[in-house]
This record gives sequence, C-alpha cells and structure tokens, in this order.
Amino acid sequence: MKRQPLLSVKDLRVEFPTRRGVLTAIDGISFNLREGEVLGVVGESGAGKSITGTAVIGLLEPPGRIAGGEIRLKGERIDNLPPAAMRKLRGKRIGMVFQDPLTSLNPLFTIGDQIIETIMTHLPVSEREARDRAVALLEEVGIPAAGDRLSAYPHQFSGGMRQRVVIALALCAEPELVIADEPTTALDVSVQSQIIRLLQRVCRDHGTAVMLITHDMGVIAETADRVAVMYSGRIAEIGPVRDVIKSPSHPYTIGLMGAIPSLTGDHDRLTQIPGSMPRLDSIPTGCAFNPRCSLTMERCRIERPELMPAGESQAACWKLLETEGAGR
Amino acid sequence: MLAFTIRRLLQAILVMLVVALISFTLFRFVGDPVNQMVGVETTPEQREALRELLGLNDPILVQFGRFITKAAQFDFGTSYQFRQPVAELIGRRLPATLELSFVSAVFALLVGIPMGVYTGLHRDSVLSKLFLSISLIGISLPTFFIGILLIFVFAVTLQWLPSFGRGEVVQLGWWSTGLLTWSGIKALILPAITLGLFQMTLIMRLVRSEMLEVIRTDYIKFARARGLRQRSINFRHALKNTLVPVITITGLQLGSIIAFAIITETVFQWPGMGLLFLQSVQNVDIPIMAAYLMLIAFLFVTINLIVDLLYFRVDPRLRVERAAH
Repeated sequence: MKRQPLLSVKDLRVEFPTRRGVLTAIDGISFNLREGEVLGVVGESGAGKSITGTAVIGLLEPPGRIAGGEIRLKGERIDNLPPAAMRKLRGKRIGMVFQDPLTSLNPLFTIGDQIIETIMTHLPVSEREARDRAVALLEEVGIPAAGDRLSAYPHQFSGGMRQRVVIALALCAEPELVIADEPTTALDVSVQSQIIRLLQRVCRDHGTAVMLITHDMGVIAETADRVAVMYSGRIAEIGPVRDVIKSPSHPYTIGLMGAIPSLTGDHDRLTQIPGSMPRLDSIPTGCAFNPRCSLTMERCRIERPELMPAGESQAACWKLLETEGAGR
Repeated sequence: MLAFTIRRLLQAILVMLVVALISFTLFRFVGDPVNQMVGVETTPEQREALRELLGLNDPILVQFGRFITKAAQFDFGTSYQFRQPVAELIGRRLPATLELSFVSAVFALLVGIPMGVYTGLHRDSVLSKLFLSISLIGISLPTFFIGILLIFVFAVTLQWLPSFGRGEVVQLGWWSTGLLTWSGIKALILPAITLGLFQMTLIMRLVRSEMLEVIRTDYIKFARARGLRQRSINFRHALKNTLVPVITITGLQLGSIIAFAIITETVFQWPGMGLLFLQSVQNVDIPIMAAYLMLIAFLFVTINLIVDLLYFRVDPRLRVERAAH
C-alpha cells in the first residue's frame, strides 16, 4: 500500500436539479492525487472538468450539489464539512486559479490589499509580516518592482501579469493543492507557456499539488505527471501522461490525440471525432461515447464500462477486455 | 484630477449663469415690477423716477450684470409681500429645509443600503420578500398620502409624535437647529420618514440589483475560493463595487429631496423654504421665486460636483483614464 494520497475522490456524483428533472453533471468519478503531483484534467467543454474542480473546493453554485461519493483531503472528508469549516479550508489548504485574470481581481482594491487580506485571513501574522510576504510572493511569480506594485490596481497590469498576481493570491497561504481551471485559456498565446511554466515552477518549489484543468493536450503533455481524460461527466481514461499520450487506450483519447496538430507529423489532415458530446439530458445508455465511436460493439450500447487496467493506465472501454482476451 | 475639477467647476458656473438668466427673465415676464410696487394713485413722473432709481431704464445687459453681481453677494432684493430682504427670509427658512432633507437622506441611506445588501444576498428568504413588498408601497404611494397616513397613525391615534411644526429650536448663530432638543428631534421623525421613504426604497432596490449582479462576478468567486470571510466579501468586496450607481442616484435624489420638500413641508406645516416658496407663488413674489430657483440650482450643481469627485474616490480606473488624457 502506497502512502495516503493528498486528495482522494471516490464515486463523486454532482447533480443539478432542474425543472425538467435532475441532470447528472458528474457521474461517479474516482481519482487520487499524490502530494506535489500535477494531474491534468482534459476534455471537451461540458465534460465536467470545471465542475469537478469546483466540487473539490466546495464552490458548486446552487442548485448544483454533491449527490454522492466522497472527497478526502489527507484522509479527512471535506465534502460534507459545514460551510464555515470549508471556508477556512479554501485558500488555506486548497487554492484555486480561475480562467480569466482580467475579471478574477477586484477592480476597486489594490493588489496589495487583496493579497494582504488573504494572507491575514489564513495565517496568524501581523500586517507588516503579511506585507513582506506579499512582496516576496510577487517577486517569486515574476512581478518586477514588487514592493512598488503593491499599491497598484489590477487595471494597471497586463493580462499575463494579472494571472501572475492571481497565482500569487492562490498560493499565498501555502495550500497543499491548487486547482487551476484553464489558467491560460484567456491569455495571449505568447504568454500562455510562460504562465504554465511559472505555475509549474512555483508549485514544485512549494511542494504544492496541482489539478490542472484544460482542454489543451499540449499543456498537459508539457506539465502534468498524470492525466485524466473526461467525457460526459465520467473519466474515460486516466494514467501517466507518457503512457496516455504514447499509447492511448480509449477510442476517445485516441481521437483526441489525432486532433492535435504536430509540427513533424506526416499526415496532412487532422483526424476528427464525428458528432459532438451528448447534452446532459440525453446521455445514451451504456458507454456515453458509443454513438461517436468507430469500434462500438453490442455491449457498449447496453452496459456502462468501468475503468479497467490498460497498460500502466486505466480506461473505461469494453474493447480492452477483447484485446486482453486476444493475448495482450 | 485637478484639470477635471477645474473643467467641472467651469461647467458649474455656466449652468449657474443660465439659471440666473432664467431667474432674471422671470421679472420681465410677469410684468412691470413698478406696477407691483406702487399704488394706483402714483403719478407717471413718480413711476419714471422709481424706474430710473431701480435702474430699469438701463440696457438689459447692464441690468443682468447687476443682477448677477448682486446674486453673487446673496442680495436678491426685497420681498414684495414681506417687505424684507429676500436673503434674510430664505436664510431664516433654509436651516429647517436642509435639516429635514439631510436627515431623510441619511435615513434613506442607512436603512436602504443594508436592506438592499440583505435582499441581494438572500433572494428567497421571507424577510427579503417582506422588504420588497414594503418597497413597493414606498415607490407607489404618493408622498402626501404617506405623510397623512403617518400623521393619522403616530400623531392622531397613538399620539407618540407631533403632527406639525419643528418643535423647539436652538439658535446657533444664524442657523436654527431642531436637532439639539428632544421635541425638535421628535418633530423631525415623521416628516423625515415621509420625505425619505421613496428614496429609501429606490436605494434599496438599486443596491439589491447591483448586488445580484456583482456577486455573480469572477472576482467574488475568486474571493470565495481564497476563503475570505463572508462579511468581508459582502460588505467590502461586493458592496464597494455597487457604490458608483448608488452615489449617482443618491446625489441626484438629495437634490430632489431638497427641491421637492415642498409637499412634505406643506403636509407637516414645516417652516422651511418650500412653504415660503408656495406662499411666494400665491402672492407673485418674484424676488423670492427667483432666489429660490437660484438656490436650488446651486444645490444641484454643488451636489453633482461632489458626486463626480466621489467617483474618483471609489473607482481607481477613472483616475488613470483621466490622467492619460
């Protein structure tokens, strides 16, 4: 038995009750995250990546609710904590970075105000110590003349600089886990890789684990240790990045890999997965991917596959049973 | 910032000049002022002498210049009906109106903002629905009716509060205040609520809708994700972002509170400027009407100027944009 995982999500179900019935946004997903590990979560829009992140940090917008399963942080259940206890945990033990740095910072407060308030909410330090800490953090994330910039307002920073500030804010109370929800999507292409590398470096230095939510396979390949591919509120495949990228097992992952343009690639057309992801109110029975899959069998339409071993990874596909039977 | 202030000041002066022109023409429109000052048996020679004495034979521009010069020194001539300097008459009435207006504005803000924040945060609670129903009453009932209703309940039936007048006042220099005596404060309560109720409901609804908007923003979500205290998120991070429209509306409303205190003052027999103005309208007392017009315009212009400057205090983004120009 390995060491206790930092974050352990088991059979998590998230539901949104609506007037026309209950929609299941997350349908029984399980994964672990070790200390200091970077887990990439990929998938199309609406696959449930962000909802998984918000569920972990306890910020699901009502009427969304956790309907089943459990979330544990170092063995301690956090999905059923009272709001006040959960509030103390946010920022202190789990940090979060949002997609759009232009709107993540309060426009009417200086960034110094915002960082110092966050530090003082979670750590027993004086205002002076909090200020010193804020300057050190801003320097660490690469803000030049950090001491002077404390009194600057968010609009006085560029998008990339603001995302650096956001990262500093998410890390200012030394959380054990940071959930980064598409941290580079809203940024200029030229600064995207800078920010990703910064996030990676800072988290490695602090020993912070990262749950990196993105739809950019390139970002995952560059940064993550492991990757979870999500489809229709379920995990289609999860495993070490190299393994998943080099030899994807799930037809959906194979499709995703085919859709990545490569500089050295010899095929002149990118493959495309036909159709689109089903809406939450019309998820087909059996494997949710079956209408788009080229390898669909009878069983895929009836029975939902669970995650099963596929090399070093795990994937949820009935095909795996066959190949195994064929002597893998 | 300084350049902006100067530009706004110049605009303010321009507005005041236009209002002064309108006040000035009031005298012309209503007829020959000499007719209103003298009896029927005055000879044409005497009229002409008076006309010369009053400077009415001078070119219009000279007369207008004189009017402005005098107005700038708070000299608005003599009231036809009271035979007293207008400035003195208004000076005596002004404190009553200003006290009433400011107390109702403070009431509207102190009650309206917390109610707005509460109803914005707890949309579906019973208390929120109650507040919203009350605010419908405040918005839809006319002021005089609310005043009469309050008089009926609290002055006539319960006999807790007086139904008219200012109570005892204390003289502080030329300023007479009712805020320092118990009876003065008691007399202020009903008219202040009557005058402020509409503004209160307006502010409450405004703060509510702004709050609903703001709590959905990313920076509030991010503040939650950082585990900030709920009170800090609601009253620091969210409320401050609702303030710009609230300041705008409150500023404008403060102007109208002062200008339209007339109705409340009539209902409660409040000895303020509104009552004086109504009397002057009935008696065609042009100097008072002109002075009142100038005074209200001055208050509006001043409040607007303050509101514009407050924007800069609240929103740092404006400071930079202006500096870049």
